[in-house]
Amino acid sequence: MTVLRSALDTRSGGYAENRDAMLAKLAEIGEQTRKALDGGGQKYVDRHRARGKLLARERIELLLDQDSPFLELSPLAAWGTEFPVGGSVVTGIGVVEGVECLITASDPTVRGGSSNPWTVRKSFRANDIALANRLPVISLIESGGADLPTQKEIFIPGGRLFRDLTRLSAAGIPTVTIVFGNSTAGGAYVPGMSDHVVMIRERSKVFLGGPPLVKMATGEESDDESLGGAEMHARASGLADYLAADEHDAIRIGRRIVARLNWRKLGPRQAAGPVAPLHDEEELLGIVPPDLRVPFDPREVIARVVDGSDFDEFKPSYGTSLVTGWASVHGYPVGILANSQGVLFSAESQKAAQFIQLANQVDTPLIFLHNTTGYMVGSQYEQGGIIKHGAMMINAVSNSAVPHISILIGASYGAGHYGMCGRAYDPRFLFAWPSAKSAVMGPAQLAGVLSIVSRAAAQAAGRPFDEDADAAMRAMVESQIEAESLPMFLSGRIYDDGIIDPRDTRTVLGLCLSVSHGAAVSGATGYGVFRM
Amino acid sequence: MTPVITRVLVANRGEIARRIFRSCRDLGLATVAVYSDADAGGLHVAEADSAVRLPGAASADTYLRGEQIIEAALLAGADAVHPGYGFLSENAAFAAAVQAAGLTWIGPPPAAIAAMGSKVESKRLMREAGVPVLAEVDPAAVTEADLPVLIKASAGGGGRGMRIVRTLAELPAGLAAASSEAASAFGDGTVFCEPYLQRGRHIEVQVVADQAGTIWTVGERECSIQRRHQKIIEEAPSPLAEQVPELRQQLFTAARAAAAAIGYLNAGTVEFLVDAAASRPRCYFLEMNTRLQVEHPVTECTTGLDLVALQLQIAAGRLLPAAPPASSGHAIEVRLYAEDPAAGWQPQSGMLHAFELPGNPVEFGAGGWPAGPRPLLRLDSGVGTGSQVGVHYDPMLAKVIACAADRAQAALFLAGVLERARIHGLVTNRDLLVRVLRDAEFLAGQTDTAFFESHDFAALTAPLADDHAVELSAVAAALADAAARQQAARVLGGLPSGWRNLPSQLQRKRYAGHDVGYLLARDGLTVDGRDDITLVSMAPDLVVLQAGRVRYTFEVAAYPGLVCVDSALGPVRLTPAEPFADPSAQVPAGSLVAPMPGTVVRLAAAVGDQVRAGQPLLWLEAMKMQHVIAAPADGIVEELPVTVGQQVEVGAVLAVVKPEEAT
Repeated sequence: MTVLRSALDTRSGGYAENRDAMLAKLAEIGEQTRKALDGGGQKYVDRHRARGKLLARERIELLLDQDSPFLELSPLAAWGTEFPVGGSVVTGIGVVEGVECLITASDPTVRGGSSNPWTVRKSFRANDIALANRLPVISLIESGGADLPTQKEIFIPGGRLFRDLTRLSAAGIPTVTIVFGNSTAGGAYVPGMSDHVVMIRERSKVFLGGPPLVKMATGEESDDESLGGAEMHARASGLADYLAADEHDAIRIGRRIVARLNWRKLGPRQAAGPVAPLHDEEELLGIVPPDLRVPFDPREVIARVVDGSDFDEFKPSYGTSLVTGWASVHGYPVGILANSQGVLFSAESQKAAQFIQLANQVDTPLIFLHNTTGYMVGSQYEQGGIIKHGAMMINAVSNSAVPHISILIGASYGAGHYGMCGRAYDPRFLFAWPSAKSAVMGPAQLAGVLSIVSRAAAQAAGRPFDEDADAAMRAMVESQIEAESLPMFLSGRIYDDGIIDPRDTRTVLGLCLSVSHGAAVSGATGYGVFRM
Repeated sequence: MTPVITRVLVANRGEIARRIFRSCRDLGLATVAVYSDADAGGLHVAEADSAVRLPGAASADTYLRGEQIIEAALLAGADAVHPGYGFLSENAAFAAAVQAAGLTWIGPPPAAIAAMGSKVESKRLMREAGVPVLAEVDPAAVTEADLPVLIKASAGGGGRGMRIVRTLAELPAGLAAASSEAASAFGDGTVFCEPYLQRGRHIEVQVVADQAGTIWTVGERECSIQRRHQKIIEEAPSPLAEQVPELRQQLFTAARAAAAAIGYLNAGTVEFLVDAAASRPRCYFLEMNTRLQVEHPVTECTTGLDLVALQLQIAAGRLLPAAPPASSGHAIEVRLYAEDPAAGWQPQSGMLHAFELPGNPVEFGAGGWPAGPRPLLRLDSGVGTGSQVGVHYDPMLAKVIACAADRAQAALFLAGVLERARIHGLVTNRDLLVRVLRDAEFLAGQTDTAFFESHDFAALTAPLADDHAVELSAVAAALADAAARQQAARVLGGLPSGWRNLPSQLQRKRYAGHDVGYLLARDGLTVDGRDDITLVSMAPDLVVLQAGRVRYTFEVAAYPGLVCVDSALGPVRLTPAEPFADPSAQVPAGSLVAPMPGTVVRLAAAVGDQVRAGQPLLWLEAMKMQHVIAAPADGIVEELPVTVGQQVEVGAVLAVVKPEEAT
């Protein structure tokens, strides 16, 4: 046992200030999340209920094992866009008959559950998670199809949805679709590409073309039931494997299908009887200062997240701006990389590259706690090979094959975001704390750089430099970059899997680690050439 | 010659067999049990040194088969037979047969049993011996002035064959009913009438007599709390005798005279009806039970005697000391029945999932309890956790006996023990017993045989747990279930129960009559419809909740289809409802379609026919196989659009059965 001691003074003014700021941000995010939970609003919720139908989240709750956890993914998808927050689909990971499953449910209260570009992107992300972690997929479908005015952004990329389903199946990952209502035209291929299909009597409608289209195409007079009713598909077409009496029955059948998958996870099991951290996770609210220029010790976070606050630090005296070490979370062994002083120097980069390789040698998942302003700049560092050393770290993280989980707890700027396994580096999961910010550089720096460049340009052209215009430009750019580096903005673009309450960090990590062990956990067998 | 007893067969079952075995063990005697097929797994069988099967289950085929029991005794090498109570215990012919087989009969001489066997005859004997008896009324000559009268079976006991008649019009039907009941219960339909004392008290005297003619009167017992003439609460001493000192002497003198009149030997009980309404209470001889009494433990608890040991010793020829030990303290016994008092005392059967009493009960006592400041608890039980309670025998599960320095202490202690007992799986009369023990009139000693008639019966049978208790218990059950699921989870069991990063709705658990909606989150427990409940701790078997400012601990036990919650608020039974309807319980739609192309070869129904589920309607031949098309549900054949010889395509409608409206 190497127990982390905490130096956090919960009675200090700084702690209270940090905590208040974090709670304020959480409240703000909660308000936005509420919009996703409200779906299409009271009017459409009432109308949906009046038809005797369950809401998307009610369907999911009924599908899940009672009292089991559920992690909703990308809840703020489409935030800051012209489309409703949430992307008219609910995606998440939950337990069905003792099996961790990736569940998606269209939200028919939001524009009839029709797909917009963000629905599609959110679904892609869910499918990626299912494939990487070998999660059986359960789709609860009730969708009016594509949002036609935005078809240009849906039609061509959207075909991936069907490709994903059959590739999941080809990878041995079962796919189950329960059709609660319409799933027509392109949507018909969701049951069409699924391994197991449940339809509901007098509710499910699955056809390529509805009566008007058929009339136009061939002149045939037809009706919904004969073209795509559940009874027809169960008895005639064979597209439905199970015919359910109602929504509850369909969910019951869905659960039975999963129960009979005889599902086995391929990764090792967690150690029994993990102990909680010795320090209170409630205190995670008071660690990160609202001003990210003020550094904080990530060990205070680690001490409140890992089993027994037990952390064996690797190279503690070398490259001290990056903390590396070994711990376990909910019984799963992990290696942790956490930025300490923001900046990554050559030593930190080399330390990270070594540590990532060590983790791969012993098939140990990695957790990245981001609070970095990027790799160090300046002639001394450039001459010292900072690019080369940063490249080593990025090489290692790119080719590492163990599961990665990234959590943006503070800043995540520049190439530091890449080296710490940003979104483009395919971590299995990436979450942000409300305190996080991510961009190519800090807003003030970015505005300053623009200002210097334009001043230089003015000088070169011999033009007078408009100081007022420059100040206005700087303020505008600064506020724009600030806004675009905030977690809600990034979450809206599905650059993370969700913003989490810092106090949920251990729980989210535990869930994601367990899910990651659905696939075999084995380290990399090769890397790109390390430039020495 | 003095008989030597070394191995005792007990011709009985359940708690009394176990009780007798305990004394046998104390005296170093070996034990033999007999058991019916229904009792093969019974505790009394497991406890005996050896056991002999009596094939069959009904009493008439097993415990009432004297010749088989004697054969069993000889087979197992027993040299004595103890009959317990009930069954053959007051059967003089059986006692004589036991003796004729060379075995020692642990009980009175057959002649004494016979003398007391007939109620009519015994009353005559007693009247002659100067024992006060109630005037007998000839059933044929009952007049208005005699009313009300009680019809009794001459050979009876246990309330069977008894009827109260309040009007002359009721008499003929009452006589007929009592007679037929007596005939079926005792093989003798003889009945008689006696004046019915509206508020009589049932008081009895324990006697023990030896061969030298010493007759002990070992204290009295009062058994006035009866349901349908069957005792359910018994105590020693009698509260009435405590209030009216000369009554006890009256009872003892009469009991001694009764025993002496028939040359009684061994332990027995003389039962009296006491007219408490009279200015000076008077007692009347009812009957003498020539055996060990069910309620003997209250006498043991107040005297320290082991009555069964005395029975065994007297049967072996030992003599009694001159005087019995003095009585002290107060003992109350309740009979815990697997029956539902609120549903006409309907007997219950099934698995007794748990049977645990708090307060360290002494099983079957050991005699010699000092009446100290601390109440003591005794349990005489025929069942335990995991016992199967069948339909063949008396539904009494156990006798629970409390002994304390005074009556109120004993009653309140016993009520507390019963209230907190964990009795799972069967409905019992427990709640009723607790309410009686806590009843103000009961505590004041105002007990009479009409107790239930003169009290608000609905209030007495009301569950101890009120709506508030049930509501909290249901919440506790739901949380215990959540904890159990977390422990049993194959994945993610280490995460907080029901964790959501975006809580949007409540967890729902349904119990028959009670829906619980709750949410466990960082800030604690939220319960739908209650804002005063907070969670202190939860585990699969123990949940601690705080309601308002009061903290309660709930013990929760889940069984298939049943959840039992015990707390200071009272025991609660909950029936969990499955979240999904059972599809096999759903009636399929009435249309029957051809499962494959074929030819109709035979019709077995016509339009308008009433059909039962599973009844064949027609046969379809396809690919050399004949397929039966049967009715999916009870109902009426509405359509039958096919004829014999007709070719049908797959999916063609063959028949439509309109299911009967569900009732």
